[in-house]
Amino acid sequence: MSLKYLEPTTITEAISLLSEYGAKAKALAGGTDLVVQMRQKLVKPQYVVSLGHIPDLDYIKYDPANGLRIGALATTRAVEKSAELQQRYPILCQAAHQASSVAVRNMATIGGNICNASPAADMVPALIALSAKVKIVGPAGEKLIALEDFFTGPGKTILQVGELLTEIQIPKLAPHTGGSYKKHGIRGAADVAIIGAAAAVTLSPNGICKDARVVLASAAPTAIRAKKAETACKGKAIEDNIIEGAAQIAAEEAHCISDVRSSAEYRTEMVKVFTRQALKEAAQLAKASG
Amino acid sequence: MEKQLLKLRVNGEEYEEYVSPSWTLLRVLRDVIGLTGTKQGCEDGYCGACTVLVNGKAVKSCLMLAHQAQGKDVVTVEGLAKNGQLDPLQQAFIDAFAVQCGYCTPGMIMAAKALLAENPHPTEDEIRETLQGNLCRCTGYKKIVEAVQLAASR
Repeated sequence: MSLKYLEPTTITEAISLLSEYGAKAKALAGGTDLVVQMRQKLVKPQYVVSLGHIPDLDYIKYDPANGLRIGALATTRAVEKSAELQQRYPILCQAAHQASSVAVRNMATIGGNICNASPAADMVPALIALSAKVKIVGPAGEKLIALEDFFTGPGKTILQVGELLTEIQIPKLAPHTGGSYKKHGIRGAADVAIIGAAAAVTLSPNGICKDARVVLASAAPTAIRAKKAETACKGKAIEDNIIEGAAQIAAEEAHCISDVRSSAEYRTEMVKVFTRQALKEAAQLAKASG
Repeated sequence: MEKQLLKLRVNGEEYEEYVSPSWTLLRVLRDVIGLTGTKQGCEDGYCGACTVLVNGKAVKSCLMLAHQAQGKDVVTVEGLAKNGQLDPLQQAFIDAFAVQCGYCTPGMIMAAKALLAENPHPTEDEIRETLQGNLCRCTGYKKIVEAVQLAASR
């Protein structure tokens, strides 16, 4: 395998290299997906454009006016351990904590996890539940896309040749909002998710659900929102019977398949179980928050 | 196949080698530098036999292209003993009988080393969680956990 390792030091330089080499090039962030794929000969790039030398792409910044901005190269571990996120967006820390083992989290980046676009990606459902947007920079300029519109299939995104995802933006949370991500894996975090369920719930001061988002991993060709399950929660108090109903609807909205990890039937049942768990915890956190 | 110059700092020593860009840090450590303490297991990132420290953090060297480690401090199991004296973790693994075939051991020790540097008195749950990325087929993990607890207590 002929390979050239390139180390741009700016985003502009990286985009220029990716544009120039097109399909022959792959962007390298942490490497925890790409290096495996290269070794298994699933991808055979001739150029690896390593992003690791571009400074200031690993930030985690919050301000009350604009909300949260995370640089694409922030590691999963940095997200997991961020005191700011544990306070303001704990669902992200919870998702990062369940995203593979510690050593992998030290290397893997949030941008890489998104752009690898596995339907099992653990950061993605939590981000979509928080209405995340991603900033894409390319030869034609910059654009901002809702993360839920970023994926087109397993391993496929809307990124065009030369484009890089540089930032994830999450709006300030409404008061009385709680979120939870529950992952089902036999060995826990170290496994690829058999099912993942993220829920974010916003309550009005009298405890009625104003907004709900339910997002599933490993239940469809991409991460999906279970929109009918969301609708089943809105305008109601999130009691156990409502949660149960929403969880059942989420299971019906899923398009689970059988693969090496699990059967479609089991997965579908687990969508119900883990949506129930995620909604329950999200509702508890929403009630407890101010 | 064009090799590119790679400058690596491993266990405090500088190495300059021409290395193929497709080679992982694991392969360079073992086959170029000759430090075979770090083991090849699954080479897919889940067994942890390849665990080393890069800038103090546990990483899976099979998942890192060697060139990604340029300019960073790499520590392997060979770099733990100082002046002929074993690191407390290494001694604890011996004292607690936590080694059977020994293949997972360097990876376990490096992962535990990073844990204790960050969290000197971890709970059993924290130890087990940290070692989730390190597989052992021999011991059933109990002695390994005890070894880490023993090292933490010393």
